[in-house]
Amino acid sequence: MTALVRTLRSTAFRLTLSIFGFGAVGAALVLGLVAVQVINLVNSETRTAISAEAASLIAQYGSGGLRRLGLALAERARAPAGSIYLLTDALGEPLVGNISQLPPNLTPKSGFAETRYPTLDGVSKRRALARVYALPNGFRLLIGHDLGDRARIAAVMVRTLALSLVLFAGLAALGALFVARRVLRRIDAMNVSAGTLMAGDLAERLPVNGSGDELDRLAVGLNQMLARIGELMAGLSEVSDNIAHDLRTPLTRLRNHAEEALRLGDAEAMRAALLRTIEESDGLIKVFDALLMIARAEAGADRASLSRVDVSEVVASVAELYEPLAEEKGFVFHVDCEPGLAIEGRRELIGQTLANLLDNALKYGAQVNPDCAREIAVGARREGSNIVIEVADRGPGVAPEDRERVFDRFVRLESARSRPGSGLGLSLVAAAARLHGGTVRLEDNAPGLKVRLSLPASPS
Amino acid sequence: MRILLIEDDKEAAAYLVKAMRESGHTIDHAADGVTGYDLAHEGGYDVLVVDRMLPKMDGLTLIAGLRAQNNATPALILSALGQVDDRVKGLRAGGDDYLSKPYAFSELLARVEALARRRPKGTPEETVIQVGDLTLDRLSHKVTRAGEEIVLQPREYRLLEYLMQNAGKVVTRTMLLEHVWDYHFDPQTNVIDVHVSRLRAKIDRDFDAALIHTVRGAGYMIRDGAR
Repeated sequence: MTALVRTLRSTAFRLTLSIFGFGAVGAALVLGLVAVQVINLVNSETRTAISAEAASLIAQYGSGGLRRLGLALAERARAPAGSIYLLTDALGEPLVGNISQLPPNLTPKSGFAETRYPTLDGVSKRRALARVYALPNGFRLLIGHDLGDRARIAAVMVRTLALSLVLFAGLAALGALFVARRVLRRIDAMNVSAGTLMAGDLAERLPVNGSGDELDRLAVGLNQMLARIGELMAGLSEVSDNIAHDLRTPLTRLRNHAEEALRLGDAEAMRAALLRTIEESDGLIKVFDALLMIARAEAGADRASLSRVDVSEVVASVAELYEPLAEEKGFVFHVDCEPGLAIEGRRELIGQTLANLLDNALKYGAQVNPDCAREIAVGARREGSNIVIEVADRGPGVAPEDRERVFDRFVRLESARSRPGSGLGLSLVAAAARLHGGTVRLEDNAPGLKVRLSLPASPS
Repeated sequence: MRILLIEDDKEAAAYLVKAMRESGHTIDHAADGVTGYDLAHEGGYDVLVVDRMLPKMDGLTLIAGLRAQNNATPALILSALGQVDDRVKGLRAGGDDYLSKPYAFSELLARVEALARRRPKGTPEETVIQVGDLTLDRLSHKVTRAGEEIVLQPREYRLLEYLMQNAGKVVTRTMLLEHVWDYHFDPQTNVIDVHVSRLRAKIDRDFDAALIHTVRGAGYMIRDGAR
């Protein structure tokens, strides 16, 4: 019962039914039009026949006078056809014919008219189309045709119409049920899949039957969305695994320091342990901050939070911030920045990105080849519709196979493991690039590493 | 200095009250936004330290309310939300400084002391700042020590200006990065230290008494050693 109710309530059922409804109205109109045309045709045939008969009878009157007309009329009146005749004298008294009297509404002036006429027995009256002709000396000749045939045709038409409407309604209900059942079955299958998905099986997909219709296209679109969600979920769980691993290590160290201090118990050990505890927790806070910043950057930005950023100013000020330290560490520091470069973005994030790249260059660019001087080059310029920021060093560089991987969170290459760091610096750079709708790429600086950040320029 | 702390976390508040008193400040504590607003409204405080999330009235509403009443007591916002957007929101609501949790007490102390010294709105800035025999003229951008002119790079000048505005008080590395470079991130390396040591080389090297001092675990301070 509920299945039937559901079917009756479905959009497919209602749509199909309404289409049949329009069809039924159309069919009724067509049949009605045909009926009117048929009746018109019958009427006009009848008039033609009456006119022809009148012409021949009046011709007989002309050649043989009243007597001959009376004979001809008497003969025709006996024939078992639907025609009616009556000849009256000037006073209206019937002389010859097959009806008992002249209908009062008919005169020679009224032309063709429908009328009710009394039969010879005078008992019943029937409908006819008739015309009265005036003859010399006040004689009147009525010629008409019974309309019984026409009425029968009309009755058949009405019966046909009623029957076809009943048939139409039956067919419509059946068709709508069929279509609705078919559509409902497929939607039910989708709902079952959705239920499985919600129960936690993210590998489930909506059924696609390959017909390419709108339900199929909807299923394909939803499946693509599910695949993307699956990817994001997988990425998220990988990140949480990494976070769990990378936070456990410093937390374990923190706990060990505290335990050791308690075990040793002397004031000096306690003090040292407390200092290390603060250091470790500061490190943890930095990791958290970096993760949050990356997460925020990856969540994207609404246009309103972006403003015009003078990239030339940011590059100059961050380079200026790092230059003394670089020189202190024995680097040759080049800055080559075109003036007036602007993007739509966040100044703080661009500054942080550049600082991360310079931190890396200072950290890894120091492991220099023997035949090369320590060198860092910072550059910014316009290339087509993009602003390109580059930070290059003369360190060991990054092997081509690792150039994508290093942007993942917590990824630290073998050679970097001995150095302090969280493995989040380049992840933030990548997230910042994505937020600004740009890209970041590692290149060979031959020798060394060149990081190339390309961001869409602000429309000037 | 009279400080009003508006913070609902009892343990954090007790710690701050104790530490501020040890540093020689008077501090009152309100545990919710409405009590805090009433106390702040009565006036008499040099600095407000306001937690962002408070029961009854949140920190930003509290500060915006005070500002609407023409109460300009400098306010520092404490918040677990440390992103740039949050900071901007806090400052837009009328806060004067923003510190994200967790923080080092030395950082909070330095910022509170810097805020308390802010001139009231409308008073003209001093055009000449003096610390011992060091003079900085803000009109001519000239720096002299014991009558001798010291030539500084523009950034070194701003660094010195900020230190001298806060003479006798600790200025942390992040405060320098914020006020001199206008960045709020935390550099991995000791970039600020190198800038300060360069400045120090120009200011102090040829003179007997050092004016720029390193405060261990906190930051820097410029003061007249002779006094």
